[in-house]
Amino acid sequence: MSTVTNIPPQFEIVDRPLDTQMTISMGPQHPSTHGVLRLELVLDGEMVIKATPDIGYLHTGMEKLFEYKKYQQGIVITDRMDYLNPLGNNLAYVMAAEKLLNLEIPERAQTIRVLMCELQRIASHLVWLGTHALDIGAMTVFFYCFREREKILNMIEAASGGRLTPSYFRIGGLMMDLPSGFERRVAQFLDNFPKALDEFHTLLSGNKIFQKRTQGVGRISAEDAIDWGLSGPCLRGSGVDLDIRRANPYSSYEQYDFEVPTEPDGDVWSRYMVRMREMGESHKIVRQALPRLKPGPVKADAPKVVLPDREAMKKHMDALIHHFLIITEGFDVPAGEVYHPIEASKGELGVYMKSDGGPKPSRVHFRGPSFVNLSALPQMSEGEMVADIVAVIGSLDIVLGEIDR
Amino acid sequence: MESGVDNTPLSSQAEGDKIQTPSQLVAAFERGHPDWVSSVVTAHGETTVVVPREHIVEACTFLKAWPEGRFDFLADLCGADRGVEEEPRFEVNYHLFSTTKHHRIRLKVLLNEADPHVPSVTGVWRTANWHERETYDLFGVIFDGHPDLRRILLPEDWQGHALRKDFPLRGYEPYSLK
Repeated sequence: MSTVTNIPPQFEIVDRPLDTQMTISMGPQHPSTHGVLRLELVLDGEMVIKATPDIGYLHTGMEKLFEYKKYQQGIVITDRMDYLNPLGNNLAYVMAAEKLLNLEIPERAQTIRVLMCELQRIASHLVWLGTHALDIGAMTVFFYCFREREKILNMIEAASGGRLTPSYFRIGGLMMDLPSGFERRVAQFLDNFPKALDEFHTLLSGNKIFQKRTQGVGRISAEDAIDWGLSGPCLRGSGVDLDIRRANPYSSYEQYDFEVPTEPDGDVWSRYMVRMREMGESHKIVRQALPRLKPGPVKADAPKVVLPDREAMKKHMDALIHHFLIITEGFDVPAGEVYHPIEASKGELGVYMKSDGGPKPSRVHFRGPSFVNLSALPQMSEGEMVADIVAVIGSLDIVLGEIDR
Repeated sequence: MESGVDNTPLSSQAEGDKIQTPSQLVAAFERGHPDWVSSVVTAHGETTVVVPREHIVEACTFLKAWPEGRFDFLADLCGADRGVEEEPRFEVNYHLFSTTKHHRIRLKVLLNEADPHVPSVTGVWRTANWHERETYDLFGVIFDGHPDLRRILLPEDWQGHALRKDFPLRGYEPYSLK
């Protein structure tokens, strides 16, 4: 055995502190970025010095497309934005158009809208819960969540014909009334859901590893959260009691009795707890909506905007003419501009709609909650460990279809 | 019409609190700073204040701290193209929201095509950063004083601004990475 004596200088081992920084690109194919998000991370060892989100990989020019489509054709585009909460997108879009048209929506249609949106909110939160837990390393939760979500998607399919892209809400009401036996299916789901929610809590909330991975990670204070424009569960996770359903009620939400859960700490755990409790509140709202379903029309009395019934078209000449005109030429919307915010599953979803008159909008802008929530990611992640970035992204509940539009 | 955000419950003063409607607030705002307000439009239950662009940062800073209004939340910022022949051609809309009083107003800045510059409000709300980048990307409105005014949705070497009315729906040519 002989020791090496003359080492060339470039291979000499120098004992130097970790003062070098490394830039790595996380995504767009990284599984925990929930789509095609890319992060440029500057790391010092394992600590994140700087995180810069890079978006736009899924940009499809939807806002441009709206200007070339009639108002009623725009509804199907909205399904493809936040594809985990398509009914919420439908609602924001049709309500903005209804505001421009000054339409009165029948009570039954409003109740069904609330019922379906709350079911969709539970479904959206279930996907968040499953993937968030999966990112952190708890795989079982994913299967339990998707089992429950399947039941909701089956109900949405029964009502609208579509699972992921329902387009169920139309300007002036609904596509059609609920199918027979729908209330029974919802009641059955409601009876079983609290048990499922308990299962999720058993799997995660008491889990020491999950607590260690989430508590105190990705903190943001209430002032910072407002400054960064966070909304929805991310804002309520910082202790700000704000819910659009309460602050600016729409679609008769003011008649429902529900709580707005908040958690004070502003970390990943707080946002987790807010969403978990929100599922219970949505359950409560659906429970209240069921007895409100009184027989009645589900479409507004506006023959120039709302498509007539098939039966009426066979008997009445004017119904046939209105149907033909709405399909071929669309309907004119008076000039004006509105901004309509709703509380989507991820936060404030606002639709800015501008009309110059005529059957096509002049401008439609979607204020996506994911877009704004993601912009605060650098604030939450700088100074954290690189492995915790995954937990922080999961806690924001982003959908890239809505961010890139 | 569905209740929406027209804030009618707030105007009834049912809470005994002296909550004011956005139009009352705007009237008080206009009395205090007449040169910051070009015109006020109320339609569909929403109040729009057209602000000259040189005063937009002052107006936002004031409204954010104003004890009567407390518009501390920038809900949205978006551009719009009024048409190729229109002058002023572009508009930038600021949707302000109060997290404590729950009312909303819209500020609007009108810009000429030849000079689409507007001061940035990133100093007032940090959330304006991405909204302004998006508006720059899609409309070519330049926000003076923005710390990082780059394209956000489209590639950096993209030609033109896609949401302008004279930009064709399918673009000028198929895009390819250079």
